[in-house]
Amino acid sequence: MLCIAGLKNWSGASANRATEASPLRSDKQASRSAHDSRLTTHDSPCRLSVLPSRRLDMTDILTPAFLISVLAAAVAAGTAILFACLGELITERAGVLNLGIEGIMLVGALSGAGACIWSGSAWVGAVVALAAGASMAAVHALLCVGLRANQVVSGLALTIFGAGLSAFLGRDIVGVPPPSAFRRIDIPVLAEIPVLGRILFQQSALVYISIALVVFLWWYIYRTRAGLRLRAIGERPEAADAMGIDVARLRALYVIAGGALAGLGGAAISLGTNPGWTEGMTAGRGWIAVALVIFAAWNPARAAVGAYLFGGVEAGQFRLQTAGVDISPFFLNMLPYLFTILVLVLSTREATRRLLGAPAALGRAYVREDRG
Amino acid sequence: MLRRNLGVVLSVLFLIGGLATSFTSVTAQEATPAGEPFKVGFVYVSSVGDLGWTYAHDQGRIALEEAFPNIETGYQENVPENPADAERVIRQFAQDGYDLIFTTSFGYMDPTINVAADFPDTTFIHISGFKTAENVGTGFGKIEEPRFVSGQLAGAMTETNQIGYVAAFPIPEVIRGINAFTLGVREVNPEATVRVVWTNTWFNPQQERAAAEALLDSGADVIAQHQDTPGPQQAAEDRGVYGIGYNADMSPLAPNAVLTSAIWNWGPYYIDIAERVMNGTWESEQYWGGWQDGVVDMAPVADFVPEEIRTAIEEEVARFKSGEENIYTIFTGPIADQTGTVRVPEGQAMTDEELLSMDWFVEGVEGEIPS
Repeated sequence: MLCIAGLKNWSGASANRATEASPLRSDKQASRSAHDSRLTTHDSPCRLSVLPSRRLDMTDILTPAFLISVLAAAVAAGTAILFACLGELITERAGVLNLGIEGIMLVGALSGAGACIWSGSAWVGAVVALAAGASMAAVHALLCVGLRANQVVSGLALTIFGAGLSAFLGRDIVGVPPPSAFRRIDIPVLAEIPVLGRILFQQSALVYISIALVVFLWWYIYRTRAGLRLRAIGERPEAADAMGIDVARLRALYVIAGGALAGLGGAAISLGTNPGWTEGMTAGRGWIAVALVIFAAWNPARAAVGAYLFGGVEAGQFRLQTAGVDISPFFLNMLPYLFTILVLVLSTREATRRLLGAPAALGRAYVREDRG
Repeated sequence: MLRRNLGVVLSVLFLIGGLATSFTSVTAQEATPAGEPFKVGFVYVSSVGDLGWTYAHDQGRIALEEAFPNIETGYQENVPENPADAERVIRQFAQDGYDLIFTTSFGYMDPTINVAADFPDTTFIHISGFKTAENVGTGFGKIEEPRFVSGQLAGAMTETNQIGYVAAFPIPEVIRGINAFTLGVREVNPEATVRVVWTNTWFNPQQERAAAEALLDSGADVIAQHQDTPGPQQAAEDRGVYGIGYNADMSPLAPNAVLTSAIWNWGPYYIDIAERVMNGTWESEQYWGGWQDGVVDMAPVADFVPEEIRTAIEEEVARFKSGEENIYTIFTGPIADQTGTVRVPEGQAMTDEELLSMDWFVEGVEGEIPS
């Protein structure tokens, strides 16, 4: 072929490639196994089942193995969005709209990575990300609950502010690898369950926490007295006030708690799927989380479905591409937003709105003087 | 009521403050000796912290500043590619007395030409474009050269003979890179194939990672990329397989995976241009520099690569650095396309024009170019 001179050794190497006896080959094997031994826990199943490189048709693709790998990837990729989505969900349940999730996630991602680099522990990073998210949201609470400012303006400001602040403070740790991160932990016994084990129990600690959080929040919102209060301040703050609930204080608390979760969502990227800080690394996931809350109809269980659906579309489209299936990636990218728009259209009608369960006082500041 | 107004005012102030921090302009601290400093401005499309395209340009800016004591540099990040914003920022630099202005994204082409017409004494260099004027030159690098050699390395290291390539957009620049890489892979390992997935984004860490995982699940054991984040390399790291990074040396973020990275090295080019503009010898040119000129390079080969392979690769690197090999020797026929039809006849090299408008994949690439 080209550059013939000096490449004799190359053709030699490739001829030898077929024979396992080649010194180059065996050397490579040795190096590879040394390489693997450092990473045995993450050994991939892919090398065991190499797909043929020919064009595949649908029956080849929609195998159980394919679907399981898509679902496992969906759960892993959806977790960051799920945390942020749950954060926005409790915020909106309390009647406050927070469009600052994207900025809060960025600050969470930066402070998580930064704290991990500083302390050496990913868990410290996660806790700091929670605190950073809470502080960001506290600004929103102060403006929107305390001063009854416009929630949309304040939220947008928070997003822009978070992007700028994280970029500014993150200069020195761009490209610095965190000393630890949330890696895959197989849960004993459960990880062995066929299908479900691979999807749900061969994930990172943050994934397990997010699943537990979904269950907890569902129970909290629908089955506890505190959850009833949360719904009350989002539905009828006047009634809640009459019951003796301190609406402003409680709303502020949920805004701050929601921000903490969004911060953790950022850390799920910077300490989970993509360890390390790069500017703007959430790449719009905060906005998707906000949209998914509507898709989820303010229900934590459906939020998980939405987040995993998004992760699944993302993971699935690339797998279809590698299999040579001709589906426009633009079309697939569009799907989550399309669903959201559909739900939004439906929710403009008062009847469907009630059916979906949108908090009635969402986006409306509660002014005590408004009472009768 | 007063309290409500206060809230509105505060939140608007907050919004303005947020906008101000997100759109930063920085003038580097000058420690100039006596005399007027020579001022060099840089217009960036993303932020210097992206660890990708703009990061690489900013490393060049820093190198330039270190090379000359009397040079003062300034830059503005996240400048949108729309005519209004880009032109305003470029014009501001010119008005502020900058002598040399680098505009580092394709979308700044027309704005650069427009502003340059009003400032004949200022020199403008537009990166990656094709329009010039008396005081506007263009500059770009042949990243295909290190991509080709990194392809040879990937071809030598693959076990499954399947290499994955996470690619951003189906444009000639990206297609050319995939082709050069694949020619490198196939020269060393004719049985290996390169499978491409398109992400339709330059920068999206999680999505790029998802694309790499799909390739890994389909059997690839080396992941190359034309993307601006290390997401694909991190996916390879977690699976215990290999990767080839891009833009900057990505090995710190995936130390057990990254075999090498095809990297931009703008420093020498910026220094050369600045020197020529300062002593008045610069004339408008269309610069497309190669490895020999130093504008592109390859990160050191990882130390876990077997000795024989590493030595052979280093010899190949030396041939490119000496100019014995270059982009034209890479793209010399016979080169067949995906259907096996010979597109470049034996012994014939592709022309610049053919290379710059490349819209077909060479044999060995699996995947399609969306129309």
